[in-house]
Amino acid sequence: MAKAISRKSASADMPKSSFMKKLRGQKQLMFMSLPIVVYILVFSYYPIWGWTMAFQDYSPAKALSEQKWVGFKHFAFLFTDDAFLRVLRNTVAMSLINMILGFVTAILFALLLNEIKGRFFKRTIQTVSYLPHFLSWIIVTGIVATSLSVDGGIINVVLMKLGFISEPIMWLSIPKYFWGIVGASHVWKELGWNAIIYLAAITSIDPSQYEAAEIDGANRYHKMMFITLPGIKSIVVILLIMNMGWMLEAGFEVQYLLGNGVVVDWSQTIDIFVLKYGLQIGNYSLATAAGIFKTLVSITLIFAANSIAKRLGEDRLI
Amino acid sequence: MNTKKIRVEPIVFHTLNGLLMIAIAVITLYPFLNTFAVSMNAGNDTIRGGIYLWPRVWTDQNYRAVFANGHLLNAFWISVARTVIATVLSLFLTSMLAYTLSRKDYVLRKPITILVVLTMYFSAGLIPTYFLMKDLHLVGNFLVYIVPGLISAFNMIVIRTYIQTLPEGLIESAKIDGAGDFRTFISIILPLCQPVLATVALFVAVGQWNSWFDTFLYASSKQNLSTLQFELMKLLSSSMNLNSSIASSSGADPSAAAQNMVTPVSIRAAITIVASVPILMVYPFMQKYFVHGLQLGSVKE
Repeated sequence: MAKAISRKSASADMPKSSFMKKLRGQKQLMFMSLPIVVYILVFSYYPIWGWTMAFQDYSPAKALSEQKWVGFKHFAFLFTDDAFLRVLRNTVAMSLINMILGFVTAILFALLLNEIKGRFFKRTIQTVSYLPHFLSWIIVTGIVATSLSVDGGIINVVLMKLGFISEPIMWLSIPKYFWGIVGASHVWKELGWNAIIYLAAITSIDPSQYEAAEIDGANRYHKMMFITLPGIKSIVVILLIMNMGWMLEAGFEVQYLLGNGVVVDWSQTIDIFVLKYGLQIGNYSLATAAGIFKTLVSITLIFAANSIAKRLGEDRLI
Repeated sequence: MNTKKIRVEPIVFHTLNGLLMIAIAVITLYPFLNTFAVSMNAGNDTIRGGIYLWPRVWTDQNYRAVFANGHLLNAFWISVARTVIATVLSLFLTSMLAYTLSRKDYVLRKPITILVVLTMYFSAGLIPTYFLMKDLHLVGNFLVYIVPGLISAFNMIVIRTYIQTLPEGLIESAKIDGAGDFRTFISIILPLCQPVLATVALFVAVGQWNSWFDTFLYASSKQNLSTLQFELMKLLSSSMNLNSSIASSSGADPSAAAQNMVTPVSIRAAITIVASVPILMVYPFMQKYFVHGLQLGSVKE
């Protein structure tokens, strides 16, 4: 990315006098952008100073000079702490499940929706499919909890009518179902939204490829396998790699809202750990250390993903 | 044999595929229709179960209870206020920054772009951010809904990419006419950016309207700053408790509350509908914009 920018702004390298003249001519541009730069420095960069808390036994009552510095004590504690290792496992597991389910369902949905011939029908389905994306997780988890409830929840009602189960299951109280429920909730919420980009990629495939294949006697499945899927391969690869970077971003809202005391060992993520230790228990240093760990891993993964993508010859990434 | 196969296969495929699509639409829509039915049904009747798509005992008591309850009404207006104010401000500031960073000759273009784009990759984290809000006296202050999220790097990139597709000549001819950058931005760029601004406005407004975590973190002790989503969240977590204070203290119709016409379950359904209707009314019309906007965003630099 940096390279791309430097190439474009190469015109900035010019003799000093004309540079100063240019600077004066760009007063308005600076007036328009520099206040926003200050704002970004304050809200996004300045708080990083707070990372020092992770290396102290921080106490809000004391001044900075009185804080006790403890080095990597909190980080060392995290990696021997069963509770932290558990939330780390939950975070990685849930983001993998969400990612794989999300990709497979969105691609399948895009492929099948693309086969629909009626324009009005296709548009209607697509519009309906976007809807849950715009709803808050509060509403969605409310819907999930209602649908899974033991007294009259639609899932239990349907499963019982079909004879799969003889009595209602308390889905949200059984730890082994929690990850699956979170994954399914994500699919329900984001299916249509995630498919947008694939549908756009499919429509940009040259139609003459399909015509040529038809002449060669290809059927629907051949065309899907050998034209459509390869046609969207590059966008799939990009998105897959980029999503790797968000491995520790399993989210927080769903798990916080759907979790309960019974499933707590399987539901809590790093973000919930930070919230609990930081703002509820008041162990700011430990919570900040966990937050730093998450950020550093994410940055590493994102830059690794970027360089992999670059090596694969995909240059559309940041 | 062969011709017969060709004729049958498409019919089978299209029928099954059509049915699958209808099934997806049903699974997506059913929970809303069910919630709507519950919200229009008398609370004490809903407890008996069996409400699916149609109310059994029609009533508007649940909605009356929502809008007669001072807390909920106030939360509704706070949600509206934060959404409108933050969307307008964010749109203006983000597009102004995007305009300056779209000017290829701007000398600070490169450092500012890097500074902004980097914010997509890291965050200081919950605890340091919380302390910053505290130091800025934003905790327990309405401004905490507006100020922290005004500039998003992603939205900035989407708008900047769009501005770069506009013909360069427009800006040059404005310059020749003696317009400064600010006037060029206001009177030429902004009006031309309508499609992309519609997309970003939708993203920002939906994010604001749906937000509850900032209320939870920074204003949970201030009832007068509560939002609709936060009230809904409180109801969700107390939904086991049947005679919650909201249902019994609702000023709509004391006798109705006494008869349990209004229950937490029915109130929750009514709030859910109130919280989703604005979105339901807006997003279908924005479809062509956000589909395009999403593509712009994925083709970053």
